[in-house]
Amino acid sequence: MPDRYDIVIIGAGPGGYVAAIRAAQLGFRTACVESRDNLGGTCLNIGCIPSKALLQSSERFVEAKHALAEHGVRVGEVALDLAAMMGRKDRVVTTLTRGVEFLFRKNKIDWLKGKGRVAAPGRVVVTGADGAAQEVEAGSIILATGSESTPLPHLEIDEKRVVSSTGALSLDRVPDRLAIIGGGYIGLELGSVWSRLGAKVTVVEMLDHIVPNMDRELGTALQRVLARSGIGFKLGTKLASIREANEGFILDLDGAERESLAADVVLVSIGRRPNTEGLGLNAVGAARDEGGRIVVDDGFATNIPGIYAIGDVIRGPMLAHKAEEEGIAVVERLARQKPQIDYDAIPAVVYTWPEAASVGRTEEELKAAAIPYRTGKFPFTANPRARTNGYTEGFVKILAEAETDRVLGIHIIGPDAGTLIAEAVLAKEFGASAEDIARTCHAHPTLNEALKEAALAVDDRAIHI
Amino acid sequence: MPTEIKVPSLGESITEATVAKWLKRPGEPVVLDEPVAELETDKVTLEVPAPAAGTLAEIFAKEGANVPVGAVLGTIADGAAAAPHPPAQAGPSLSRLAQGEGPSSPSPRLRGEGRGEGQQVLERAGPAARKLIEESGLDSAAIAPSGPGGRITKGDVLAFRAREEPPSAPPSPAPVASEREVRVRMSRLRRRIAERLKAAQNTAAMLTTFNEIDMREPIALRERHRDAFAEKHGVRLGFMSIFVKAAIVALKEFPAVNAEIDGDDIVYKNHYDIGVAVGAEQGLVVPVVRDADWLSFAEIEKAIAGYARKARDGKLTIEELSGGTFTISNGGIYGSLLSTPILNPPQSGILGMHKIERRPVALGDKVEIRPMMYVALSYDHRIVDGREAVAFLVRIKECVEDPSRVLFEI
Repeated sequence: MPDRYDIVIIGAGPGGYVAAIRAAQLGFRTACVESRDNLGGTCLNIGCIPSKALLQSSERFVEAKHALAEHGVRVGEVALDLAAMMGRKDRVVTTLTRGVEFLFRKNKIDWLKGKGRVAAPGRVVVTGADGAAQEVEAGSIILATGSESTPLPHLEIDEKRVVSSTGALSLDRVPDRLAIIGGGYIGLELGSVWSRLGAKVTVVEMLDHIVPNMDRELGTALQRVLARSGIGFKLGTKLASIREANEGFILDLDGAERESLAADVVLVSIGRRPNTEGLGLNAVGAARDEGGRIVVDDGFATNIPGIYAIGDVIRGPMLAHKAEEEGIAVVERLARQKPQIDYDAIPAVVYTWPEAASVGRTEEELKAAAIPYRTGKFPFTANPRARTNGYTEGFVKILAEAETDRVLGIHIIGPDAGTLIAEAVLAKEFGASAEDIARTCHAHPTLNEALKEAALAVDDRAIHI
Repeated sequence: MPTEIKVPSLGESITEATVAKWLKRPGEPVVLDEPVAELETDKVTLEVPAPAAGTLAEIFAKEGANVPVGAVLGTIADGAAAAPHPPAQAGPSLSRLAQGEGPSSPSPRLRGEGRGEGQQVLERAGPAARKLIEESGLDSAAIAPSGPGGRITKGDVLAFRAREEPPSAPPSPAPVASEREVRVRMSRLRRRIAERLKAAQNTAAMLTTFNEIDMREPIALRERHRDAFAEKHGVRLGFMSIFVKAAIVALKEFPAVNAEIDGDDIVYKNHYDIGVAVGAEQGLVVPVVRDADWLSFAEIEKAIAGYARKARDGKLTIEELSGGTFTISNGGIYGSLLSTPILNPPQSGILGMHKIERRPVALGDKVEIRPMMYVALSYDHRIVDGREAVAFLVRIKECVEDPSRVLFEI
């Protein structure tokens, strides 16, 4: 008799493991299939968490080198110990993945180690590293297999000299010249890390602007700051060809003019694609869209009864926190609850310095939809706390519906924008008006006051500018 | 011109119903005769059909509200594109306007087209309140908001739910293994059944007499004509029609059983409307086969089969459930060997049929195995004498054991 579970989740990333814990809380007998040696998926192992560890460490390095003297702190000669920095990153990852393991034990979730495949509705086959296969029965199956870096055709990724984000998190020395193909948030974050540690970084982007999904004004401001910190940008530029030369590469670029770019390491970060290979989707007949993502309805049900999908393998932004919300929603629905996700209220953050963070509609989207809106903007130069911290780059921008004052979008570039955006998301979830934010008391002196001032600015009555 | 949706006539002695559920939300298109709401009365749940095609514009009677016959439940606007507007009375959605946030008029909208008032209220309620509203199947426009800017808070929804106790909203029981008890509000139908059963016991001098029937003859009769009957009439020949016919013979001979007490009078009825108990999901219902003395066996079987179908679908009307003069109940379909039925007031008699069981019986000096059924007659001893009741039941026994007696009225 195969083991029988109420819910079997394939994939233990932020979508899958959160779904598993919520399922266990609701009283479902739950198993989670994961082939990695550690739980947590891309996010914890080779994504959000290790990149944030390196961003933090490299920021400290730059701060010690250039910023502390202004505060009257003398540190003498500052040197980089890359091995120690990588060691710290690995410890952070291990601590967090062990944490998820603990949560599985606490919630009595079975971790089925191996690759999961849907054999039939209600049946999952788990093939371990040793090739041994085990079949389990599942009342419901949730696919949460995530995504992987999209490769460039004709360019093999060896994760040493031609790397994806995975390899870029573990380089054993700082490259002299790093070329980044793709100006999305992953390229910018990892480019920032290696730029701060001493690499000459150049970002090659096909479009004429970086972070394509963000509000254009934010993207432009971010590019300006990053360029000032030393990152080069080749926008509106295509990679025509790439060839090896002198232990490095020559990239032939096709932009405003034809030019060549020399690099020791090339990072390919042109996007991510859903992991659906070997999942048994064809065998059961689960539908996918033209982008290869699994088609689901509002309740995350695929076209096959009893099979659900969440996170990067379905429509929507490929973000850990979006997958988490979906993981909770899908199992609560299986428990006949009716949670809803407002996809207009899912924040997006770029963890560069300064950080850029957004929720809701961009100005471009509102113009395209012909929705009348009012804008309130407030710069961090006029925020006292930003002054005391010594970092005044950036601004807060609030877009409110002209007629009702309802907040439609909030865009922040500046120190800790990723943390500040939480207030904006909450406002969005509650359908707040800009005036609601303006009339909410904000502690002084804090960076959050910039949000309040921007909300006041929607009505042309900001105080501190 | 908007068309009013009114509470339809609910039949004799029913003056009021409860709005169980709105099947459409304001702004949704409706076609003519499409059900828009469900009403629950003491006896049945019935659907209110749309009196016109168009768009459900307004809802005046929220779920859980008691409404009299003829009351206006809501309105339907012409044309599918008609914009919903807020209720005419100062509802919660108006209080938002009163706080100076400006009225909403048609303008390009986010998230779908034509957000109705309810939808806007819902979007401004936080995520916890939204989830609760959705799960309880509540109309957000009916909940009084207490939050800033006229927002519905989680507390508002909980308070509304506690106050209104809509019958359609039991706490959603999650499949949590530790849940050892579940408390569910009694439905209006169930409450009414409880009241009436208890009232019958308190009013009538109720007692029960028993007998047993040898079913060999009716079984053989049914075997003999089963196929021909089904082919001719399109309905199965069951025992119920035989019992109804037998009961009518007995009722004609013992008119007190077909009578009722009305104050100090006894009303003898010369019409024979036989209630036949049918099990439905919401409880036992008793549709009435009217003037059954004028109906053939086939007509009686057809009527019962039709009622059973309607009961299953919850489509029985009040008229079909009212005004029986005598009732036949059949606990046998659930496997009961013997039970005492309770009177259906103001009736004075109820016959209980039971399951047929092969039992050894003494016939003369021999023991034979016969298909036997116990029958019970509960009666109101205030107007039916014991002798009459016993003889009544014996008469039924004779007629069922030899159905030709029904034919020849002997």
